[in-house]
Amino acid sequence: MTKSLRSPIQLKNLREQLIRNSQSGKSTISVCGGTGCQGCGCESVYTKFVSEIDRQGIADKVELKLTGCHGLCECGTLVTIHPQKIFYIRVNPQDVPEILTETILKDVVIDRLLYPDPISGQTVLHEYDVPFYKKQRRLIFGSNGLLDPTSIEDYIAIGGYCALSKALSEMKPEQIIEEVKESGLRGRGGGGFPTGKKWESCRNAPTSNGTRYVICNADEGDPGAYMDRSLLEGNPHSVLEGMIIGAYAIGSGSGYVYVRHEYPLAVKNLDIALTQAREYGLLGNNILGSGFDFDVMIARGGGAFVCGESTALMASLEGKIGEPRQKHIHTVIKGLYNKPSNLNNVETWANVPLIINKGAGWYADIGTAGSKGTKIFSLVGKIKNTGLVEVPMGITLREIIYDIGGGMLNGKKFKAVQTGGPSGGCIPESLIDLPVDFDELTRVGSMMGSGGMIVMDESTCMVDMAKYFVDFLIEESCGKCLPCREGLDRMKDILAGITQGNGTDGDIELLQELGEVIHDTSLCALGETAANPVLSTIQYFRDEYEQHIRNRHCPAGVCKALITYTIDPETCTGCGVCVKNCPEKSVSGEKKKPHVINQDTCIKCGLCRENCKFDAVIVV
Amino acid sequence: MVTISIDGIRTVVPEGTTVLEAARDLGIAIPSLCHNPGLSPYGACRVCIVEVKKGERSTIEASCTLPASDGLVVITNSERVRKNRKVLIELLVSSCPTSKTLQDLAANYGVNRIRFAIKDKNCILCGLCVRYCKEQMQSGGIGFVGRGTSRKVATAFGVTPQECRNCGGCEWICPVCERACTAANLTNGLCGGCQNLMHVETCELCVHCSESVNARGHRVY
Repeated sequence: MTKSLRSPIQLKNLREQLIRNSQSGKSTISVCGGTGCQGCGCESVYTKFVSEIDRQGIADKVELKLTGCHGLCECGTLVTIHPQKIFYIRVNPQDVPEILTETILKDVVIDRLLYPDPISGQTVLHEYDVPFYKKQRRLIFGSNGLLDPTSIEDYIAIGGYCALSKALSEMKPEQIIEEVKESGLRGRGGGGFPTGKKWESCRNAPTSNGTRYVICNADEGDPGAYMDRSLLEGNPHSVLEGMIIGAYAIGSGSGYVYVRHEYPLAVKNLDIALTQAREYGLLGNNILGSGFDFDVMIARGGGAFVCGESTALMASLEGKIGEPRQKHIHTVIKGLYNKPSNLNNVETWANVPLIINKGAGWYADIGTAGSKGTKIFSLVGKIKNTGLVEVPMGITLREIIYDIGGGMLNGKKFKAVQTGGPSGGCIPESLIDLPVDFDELTRVGSMMGSGGMIVMDESTCMVDMAKYFVDFLIEESCGKCLPCREGLDRMKDILAGITQGNGTDGDIELLQELGEVIHDTSLCALGETAANPVLSTIQYFRDEYEQHIRNRHCPAGVCKALITYTIDPETCTGCGVCVKNCPEKSVSGEKKKPHVINQDTCIKCGLCRENCKFDAVIVV
Repeated sequence: MVTISIDGIRTVVPEGTTVLEAARDLGIAIPSLCHNPGLSPYGACRVCIVEVKKGERSTIEASCTLPASDGLVVITNSERVRKNRKVLIELLVSSCPTSKTLQDLAANYGVNRIRFAIKDKNCILCGLCVRYCKEQMQSGGIGFVGRGTSRKVATAFGVTPQECRNCGGCEWICPVCERACTAANLTNGLCGGCQNLMHVETCELCVHCSESVNARGHRVY
């Protein structure tokens, strides 16, 4: 029997049948198979579950799923048991037999695997009660934990492809564009361009043979950001559904997903999703009997950061060097193979089915005046709960960092948060009550970017941090235009001079001048925003730069040329741990008497300080 | 035909004309390095920047790739353009001080100090040779290799390819090879030997010690 669905009714019937099959009273165990949990060893937990279910012979009582990312990567491996929604954290393979015998068979909750609330100390039973999830609004990410990304049936059962069937059978392309415009959805890749407007321009762009392309930008490359990856890995069908709806609205017959080759699981899951969608007649000719033809191909990127820029991405798709061109003629008019091309980010596409299903009005109610809906951030850095968070636009940084993120690690003081990836800016503590949306972030000198959020504490040196991002961008600049290639290189020289104690008066002004020139004159958006980390740190942490230049002092104790490690004779107990750990044998002293560091041979690696139990090693 | 305004002069040009071409038709001088009328626009050196007015705001664009469109208001020599261009020329000279073309450019546009580290790469990656080889000679023997600061013009795998007909066009069109600066020694990257035509800005204390400004020994700011 062919699986191909030929009408919306057939899709509806299939869904009802799938739901009936799943209501068989079985418990479902969802093991998180996201990137973070894979790092924690979720594969071995999953295989243990498989073998243990087999050994105990309870395959008829329980269903096992390896799902996409659940978000709280800090506490991996995460396991959720449905329908009770019991939420276990840090599950190891040795916990598996107990989960099956106790929780599944006897309905007894294992207390030690539950999430302990850091404030009250009480354990939390359900996922939705965990403070990390409480303030989130997981519209797009929420279904990740419910479905097996390699199963289209799972996606259809939770209402997947409902929006597509509605769009194809009940809506005209213009109506869809109008709906997306009204919803206020803005591009999630960083630019924040209104999606509906983009679609409309692409639809209205003249093309000789009717060819138009839709492209999904999954070339995510910011340090510390992995939301597009997790979305493609965990719920590829939602992105695909968005793309098909978009293609129908724009009038496109073929699409591409440009995804990094470094994301093998995303490529694999997407490939499976495409095959399944074709089998079910959701891609290909005459989708759901509507007469609309569309298919998607995967193009794997070679890992150049600049290929996330639209013109560079399209050049790369055409098989040319991934280099941007001047965008006086937009890609919606002349893009891939000189045809109108509509490029949207993974997350933008995933938003589309929601808007079609629930309506523009519902969507526009979420968020702020200029930015609607939710945004996924990858919350990383010196914070307790690192992971992926999906929050409504307009939430304050404080809520994200303290309520969702659980505050700073090791009781240190919050210093700044870097948003928008390497081209974003640093936001200081004084602006922590800033509502997060496209316009507010731009106003304070940063940007939304694709949604990276790196939290820094007092032990981060802002000059060193700016140097790190400039280094990254030098590495990733294509080198085509002068200001980005040479300007950033000289910027790094000046920053390196400052961190090495060779800064001079006027360096800050020169950095600012150079930064403005790079911003004004660069060819593409990478160059235009490349100076942001430097300019924003100068704006908010100028005194730190001045301390480096005038006093040859690094307040955070990071820049090696400007610091010395010494041992406080008052607090040193003479335990000798520092002597054992010093790779250069620079520490000496008698047992139980204060030790001394030989400054001539010390390489300032910081191992003595890290290992001292009495905080006797101090940095000056 | 489209009507644009350049430095307050209204001009009508055919569609597809770039702002650089339109300005030069009017006799307005805009410096350029990577532009050549016989080759496709590239927009890499950014020296040909102009200011484009958009209501209250304005942006800086490279005129060699900016197509003239109706109602475009362009200023070719504003304060902002000059300021940006001087830094760009500083960057150019600092990455290739041995080119007479660049030294002349620096002298003509009043660049009399280089505040950046000199890293002589003997190439400004303007891409003229690459485009000449591909577009005029239909050869494609040379191209860009590498990314960012390690980008360079080279042949594939460092071997002279069959496509190369030894026409010498790449050398002929190169602003560095063909017109090398022959100054015996450069003062902080600057020569200033040949073309000091325009007045340069000097320090407040300047007593015009040398009217024909020579960067050598003339400490400004």
